[in-house]
Amino acid sequence: MTVAEAVLDCGDLSTREINQRLRELPDGTAVRILEPWGRHNLAVGLTNRLDVRIEGDAGYFIGGLGDGPDVTVDGFVGWSVAENLMSGTVRVRGNASECAGASAHGGLLVVEGDASSRAGISLKGGTIVVAGDVGHMSGFMAQAGTVLVGGNAGHALGDSLYETVIYVAGHIASLGSDARVEALTDDDVRVVSDLVKTAGFDHVDPENVTRVASAKQLYNFDALKGQHY
Amino acid sequence: MCGIVGLHLKDETAHQPLGTHLAAMLDCMTTRGPDSAGIALYGAPPHTGGQRYSLRLPDEADAAEVARRAAAVLGAEVTVESTRPDGAVLVADGAADAVSAAILEAEADTVVVGYGHAIEIFKDVGSPREICERYGIAGRSAYQGVGHTRMATESAVTTDGSHPFSPAADLALVHNGSFSNYRTVRRKLEREGVRCVTDNDSEVCAQFIAWHMSRGADLEDALRMVLKELDGFYTLLVATADEFAVLRDSFACKPAVLAETDTYVAFGSEFHALASLPGIGSARVFEPMPEEIHVWRRGGCV
Repeated sequence: MTVAEAVLDCGDLSTREINQRLRELPDGTAVRILEPWGRHNLAVGLTNRLDVRIEGDAGYFIGGLGDGPDVTVDGFVGWSVAENLMSGTVRVRGNASECAGASAHGGLLVVEGDASSRAGISLKGGTIVVAGDVGHMSGFMAQAGTVLVGGNAGHALGDSLYETVIYVAGHIASLGSDARVEALTDDDVRVVSDLVKTAGFDHVDPENVTRVASAKQLYNFDALKGQHY
Repeated sequence: MCGIVGLHLKDETAHQPLGTHLAAMLDCMTTRGPDSAGIALYGAPPHTGGQRYSLRLPDEADAAEVARRAAAVLGAEVTVESTRPDGAVLVADGAADAVSAAILEAEADTVVVGYGHAIEIFKDVGSPREICERYGIAGRSAYQGVGHTRMATESAVTTDGSHPFSPAADLALVHNGSFSNYRTVRRKLEREGVRCVTDNDSEVCAQFIAWHMSRGADLEDALRMVLKELDGFYTLLVATADEFAVLRDSFACKPAVLAETDTYVAFGSEFHALASLPGIGSARVFEPMPEEIHVWRRGGCV
């Protein structure tokens, strides 16, 4: 089977034109996006099964709202990469700035470098795997899903956590309110092993990670009468 | 939201005219601040000696006449270095307070936008691109410059409210964010005899830094005092005649990207503001951490 291919150049096209063209491509197309130079909002809101490769450093909201494509960035990205991701993958070969994977409902975000502060803020079911470090307040109010940090975590990790579980291979600067370290179970080791394999990392030992989850002292879904989780 | 850009040359002969780069960077940040903009450029001191005074003059005022009258009041020479669409740059020797007072006596509706041996300040309302074109920024050489695109939140869209703020010689501050306790800080400064001239929160921060430096603090110390006493969201880019400094608040609420090469240090609120710089592809690009004070000095990083 031949794979359809497309090339879109940020030097020639506006962000809107690029996203419109991406939307019109048939499933299975491999697309190269050239010369991004920090361009925001590339490959946002796509529901087709594309293989998108952004060849350079990109800006804010890359791959956000994605529900199908696999997006790879050969460079670093700005704030809120893969924000509100629904399914599919976003892989960043460099570092990611703040709020990586914010509010992601599903899918997988892999950051091969470091992620800055507030990685996985308000995570709603997605999976985030960071090879390096994450900054302060990562996992803040994360409700569902999984985060694996291959390096160190900054201050106030997992503040006001709900059901998200965070695994950290390195050092944790400090835990946030209502986050606690829990014993690693066999299930955790299996989960981390799968994540490490999927991400293609070789520097994380699944049996030597710290599990951080909610202590459930602030955890309250009954703030409004009759509301149940 | 606001946009900040800055460029500090380590090799002051490379990348001239610096204004070309700064204007392109500023234009790129229009999306973050479309209502007004400003730039401070740092260049060689006036060849006649003395300090430059960037003045906004009333429409009908004649710069040469203002200089002549100011010289008469001052009892010393005041010359017109250049004129520009909003006013002129005058050069005078002597204490800045006395020179400023003489200028205001010569033409009461003048605004001294900034002064110093190296600095020239341009600010106006409108789109950053139009402002850069109006003042010919792209053709201007400098060894460092800072710029700001404003989306006003804390005070009105006026030329006075646009950045940079420059309450002391060769000091320029550009700010992205908002201070929440600036009225309290302003009252404290007023008790020390410091008078803010606008309702702007960023001006209070600039006055705060200037006040600490006037009492002997260096720029880093003054920025440490900002961390202690000013509450709010901020990324600050502050320049003096020979320093270029960056500070983010404790939560790093506002964006900041730095790029460093052998020949320059560049700052942008977003990376794409830096993307047109020469050699950016091989620059060391990083985001300053919260509460970290980064300072570059002419002649080497300290």
